[in-house]
Amino acid sequence: MKEINSFARGVLDGIPICLGYLSVSFAFGLFAVGSGLTVFEAVLISMTNLTSAGQLAGVPIIVGGGSLIELASTQLVINLRYSLMSVSLSQKLGKSVSLLDRLIIAFCNTDEIFAVASGNKQSVGKRYMYGLVLTPYLGWSAGTLFGAVAGNILPQVVVSALGVAIYGMFIAIIVPPAKKSRPTALCILLAVALSCAFKYIPALSGVPSGFVIIICAVTASVVFALAAPVQEAGEEPKDDK
Amino acid sequence: MKFSEFILYLFVMAGVTYLVRMLPLVLVKHKIENRFIRSFLYYVPYAVLAVMTVPGIFYSSSYLISAIIGFCVAMILAYFEKGLLPVALCACAAVLITELLIPLLT
Repeated sequence: MKEINSFARGVLDGIPICLGYLSVSFAFGLFAVGSGLTVFEAVLISMTNLTSAGQLAGVPIIVGGGSLIELASTQLVINLRYSLMSVSLSQKLGKSVSLLDRLIIAFCNTDEIFAVASGNKQSVGKRYMYGLVLTPYLGWSAGTLFGAVAGNILPQVVVSALGVAIYGMFIAIIVPPAKKSRPTALCILLAVALSCAFKYIPALSGVPSGFVIIICAVTASVVFALAAPVQEAGEEPKDDK
Repeated sequence: MKFSEFILYLFVMAGVTYLVRMLPLVLVKHKIENRFIRSFLYYVPYAVLAVMTVPGIFYSSSYLISAIIGFCVAMILAYFEKGLLPVALCACAAVLITELLIPLLT
């Protein structure tokens, strides 16, 4: 089968992702400096991680002086879905992709990059992949910088309002699939109920934030993986967009 | 926090995130067939985002009431599938308007 391997084509396909990332990472930058990190630290996190939920969960652990075990295990669970995407993407990469290319491409394998790369009918080559990840990576880093700087200079009432942005995006990600799939909706409700229990039940409220995410998300996911497993027939698990 | 402490956190965070992505891409050459694992990995992102959003969103602005209004606006627009950016911006606008009104009403 012929392989798509045009750098320009990759860049074009990446631009919509880049635009989306600008706004999400702007919200992350705001959140990070609002939590007490410096602008430089916020941008460093974005440049080395490229994972919205993971970064957002990581910042309170870092700022709160949580343990490295808590940080590592939180990142492991939140980013576990990428391992599945990497497995899938690994079948999609063409012959031009060497081991070194795989080591670099893996760094940029986000939900959206994976979705777009997988959307191609043919296998994809290294030049296409480098083009595809280029602008999203720059957008992710630049958006964080803008958000972090804006958090320091905008009036408090505006910063307060923008604080809700990243949660609004999360809601926009999880509600549409929940409409179409009842088990997904119920899984979300169970996760929310558990999360609220850890926040409001005094005996549980001392559990560190990272572990709360792990316990709630793993419990809800295991329950519904057993109760309502996804369809067979080689269907890909949906990405979280 | 000292910058050296931050770098240690950053190293662990980025390291784990990278390994989770890199190892399967380099090592695994065939698809995961196990239905339980596939199902588990399908649900994880939704559960994670749900846990992070509620109740966190209610403490994301200066007042509880403005955050609740922002949450409701986001839920309604997300239900009608308005897309990431419109949902987020309208939620922000709802919070902003509420917080500008609060001093006038109290």
